[in-house]
Amino acid sequence: MGLLLLLAVLDGLAYAGQLFMVAVGLTLVFGVLKILNVAHGSLFAIGAYVAATLIGWFGAEELSLLALAIAALAVGALLGPSIERGLLARIYDKEHVLQLLVTFALFMILEDLQKLLWGVQPRFEDAPVRLLGQVEVGGIFYTAYQLLLLPGVALVALLLLVWFLRRTLLGRSIVAVTHDREAAVAIGIDARFVYLSTFTIGAGLAALGGALAAPTTSLVPGIGVQMIVLSFAVVATAGLGQIEGAAVTALLIGLARSLAVYFAPELEVVVPYLLMVAVLLIRPAGLFGRRELRRV
Amino acid sequence: MANRLLVAAAAALLLLLATAQPWLRFVLTIALSTGLAVLGIMMLLRAGQVSFGHALYVAAGAYTVAFLRPHSGEALLLVLAGAIVATGIGLLVGLFVTRYRDIFFGMLNLAFSMVAWSLLEKLYALTRGTDGIRVARPEVAGLALEGPAYEWALLLLALALALTSGGLVARYLRTPAGEALGAVKTRETRLEFAGISARRVLLQAYLASAALAGVGGAIAALATLHVTPLLAYWTHSGELVFVAILGGTGHVLGPFLGAVVFELVRVYAAASFPDAWQMILGLVLLGIILAATRGLVGLVDDLLARFGRRA
Amino acid sequence: MSEALLSARGLVLAFGGVRAADGVDLEVGEGEILAIIGPNGAGKTTFINMVTGYLRPQAGSIRFAGREIAGLPPRRIVKLGIARSFQIPQLFTEHTVLANVALCLAARSGFWAPWTPLGGAGREARARAILEGLDLAHLAHTRADQLDEGARKLVDIAMALALEPRLLLMDEPTSGVAAAEKHAIMDRLLRALRARGVTAVFVEHDMEVVARHADRVAVWSQGRILAEGPPAKVLADPVVRREVIGVEGVAVPC
Repeated sequence: MGLLLLLAVLDGLAYAGQLFMVAVGLTLVFGVLKILNVAHGSLFAIGAYVAATLIGWFGAEELSLLALAIAALAVGALLGPSIERGLLARIYDKEHVLQLLVTFALFMILEDLQKLLWGVQPRFEDAPVRLLGQVEVGGIFYTAYQLLLLPGVALVALLLLVWFLRRTLLGRSIVAVTHDREAAVAIGIDARFVYLSTFTIGAGLAALGGALAAPTTSLVPGIGVQMIVLSFAVVATAGLGQIEGAAVTALLIGLARSLAVYFAPELEVVVPYLLMVAVLLIRPAGLFGRRELRRV
Repeated sequence: MANRLLVAAAAALLLLLATAQPWLRFVLTIALSTGLAVLGIMMLLRAGQVSFGHALYVAAGAYTVAFLRPHSGEALLLVLAGAIVATGIGLLVGLFVTRYRDIFFGMLNLAFSMVAWSLLEKLYALTRGTDGIRVARPEVAGLALEGPAYEWALLLLALALALTSGGLVARYLRTPAGEALGAVKTRETRLEFAGISARRVLLQAYLASAALAGVGGAIAALATLHVTPLLAYWTHSGELVFVAILGGTGHVLGPFLGAVVFELVRVYAAASFPDAWQMILGLVLLGIILAATRGLVGLVDDLLARFGRRA
Repeated sequence: MSEALLSARGLVLAFGGVRAADGVDLEVGEGEILAIIGPNGAGKTTFINMVTGYLRPQAGSIRFAGREIAGLPPRRIVKLGIARSFQIPQLFTEHTVLANVALCLAARSGFWAPWTPLGGAGREARARAILEGLDLAHLAHTRADQLDEGARKLVDIAMALALEPRLLLMDEPTSGVAAAEKHAIMDRLLRALRARGVTAVFVEHDMEVVARHADRVAVWSQGRILAEGPPAKVLADPVVRREVIGVEGVAVPC
């Protein structure tokens, strides 16, 4: 029982790490663009597939971690700007429902793109996990990759992001646009560039989450869907636009999910949403969100 | 009056097609069942809300038929039960999701449908997982029918339900509560200041949409005689939204027009590009939205207008 | 003496450091037309928002027709007979003007009747009558998003009237209306209100409009009522002139 609990907690931490990286990108992009990118989970999936492909190409185990980093950077840098400039920039002034439909259409396209490029057979590349070996925690052996690397990278991503948003010019511009776009533009902030860079950062984070997840799970069509729904649950539970809140909530949902996996497996898929519904019933704007009054 | 003629002509054309090409009977029955579900999506779109999870209610209707078939041999009863169960689930979920709009509304619906999909896959003892459940062919209105006769009975049942539902929805959309759907989209606060609960306006439409999807799902189950968890999967919800936009939200004929075109194209295209079907739908969806068209109904409208001017 | 129709006592509401209402007492008698004037950001709209339930006062009471209404939601308050119009008109932009008014008429009764069309139950005729009263009949079939600013303002008020209120609160009814038309519009508006026996409160910046159309004026400044009384007296008050109208304020026609 004790061991199982420990295992569940360790799994939960590793999972929370991935979940956070995807969710924080979703919430960051929403904060600035006011668009919830339904295709965000597909960027996670594509990051994972590209990482697996690169690991295969590189061959050597020692290079596998590099493959993960390159995959995340490549997907973020290529898909991010092309989606933002090519598609989203056309719909910023459209109705909410049309914006949602456009990103949903993108989601449909990217989900099939994965099938066309990587097929429907499960893929599994765990070189990075083997490379880092195992460590002993409280009498059980656990992979260093999931124990240290995954939560570690997530933590670094959180700290870097918070530093970036508070201390750098671009970061502060992003925050300014999030709070009040018109005022930000009035003081000379280039909204176009802020939109572009925010979306690219968000896409990169999703791809990084995917790349890091790739060695721990077999890749099949549909992982992107699972991820968008789950990271939406994180973002909704935290409150849309909340970055630190997303970290706390990812941890909460990650842990709840892995506890369910060990102790009530049939509830695994339900638990994160039960949590979300419970929170939203009590706090409609999420744990860390504030309800805005519309001006009349 | 012109509308009634148009509807009658469409129904006649449908029956003609089904007579000319026997294999179309099945396809058209499925198209009508899709159209029923999309009719509900259209009501929600009037309120500016899009649900990415309405396949949940289609699956609810279909699985109700599968679960109850051993206990009842009458198709009409099974369809009614499908509608009731879907509406019940719609009430539970709807009380929650109608507190939200836009992103939350769309995504919460998606989340609920994905939970339902996972449960249908995982609770093997109850649902037989991905294998699904076979449905024995029931009687229709007390008649034990075989082969073509059963197909005809089902097509006529679907057509009757489509005509009735379309008529009722068209009428509902002109009542204050139906017109208020558009007000939820444009100025919800004013509705509250007029003393109207926007949430209740939306909930009514949501219940109707769940019921319609339930009926559609029940018909689909009776036509395919097999239900699987894929009915609840997001791709199916996406198809419903796609058909709604393809058909256009301006008229209750839109969902059915969209569904017939969609199912006919699918017969050919989905088999040729099994792994690119969603991609094609996504591209067409983008095209329709970015070109700001009013869907097929808009197209028909423009054609009729041009025809009328020339005449 | 019988109680006033609306009676606010000791209203307090602060946003951060700004005290929009800081112990406001204000009464409105049945049938009266009260104007509220004051500098921008003084809290005049906040008063309307509190009375109609959009904002909840942090302290104080609001009684309407003998009943405490502070903190009730907008939906309940409108049912008690208080309607409002908005500084920025809040129209159902995808509906016609007629449908906008008819929806508000339906909100009073018959809204949930399952099969009666929006224009049914005499609503179409009643909506037209309201529009005619405000000289808007020619716009009945125009979509609300196609109207100019002045017309939007009036349609917004027509919608409030359709709710058949005993008390109507109007937030700057003539802003956005060409100066030349202001008095004509106010005449029409007040005629419609008096014909229905509706009590009205309106927030206004144009002192000429206030002087000519209000029965009584209340001056709202820094969250308090600085002065109140007949327009001629209040608008001539040197303190009011300095605080609200500005030193070289508009000449007040008496």
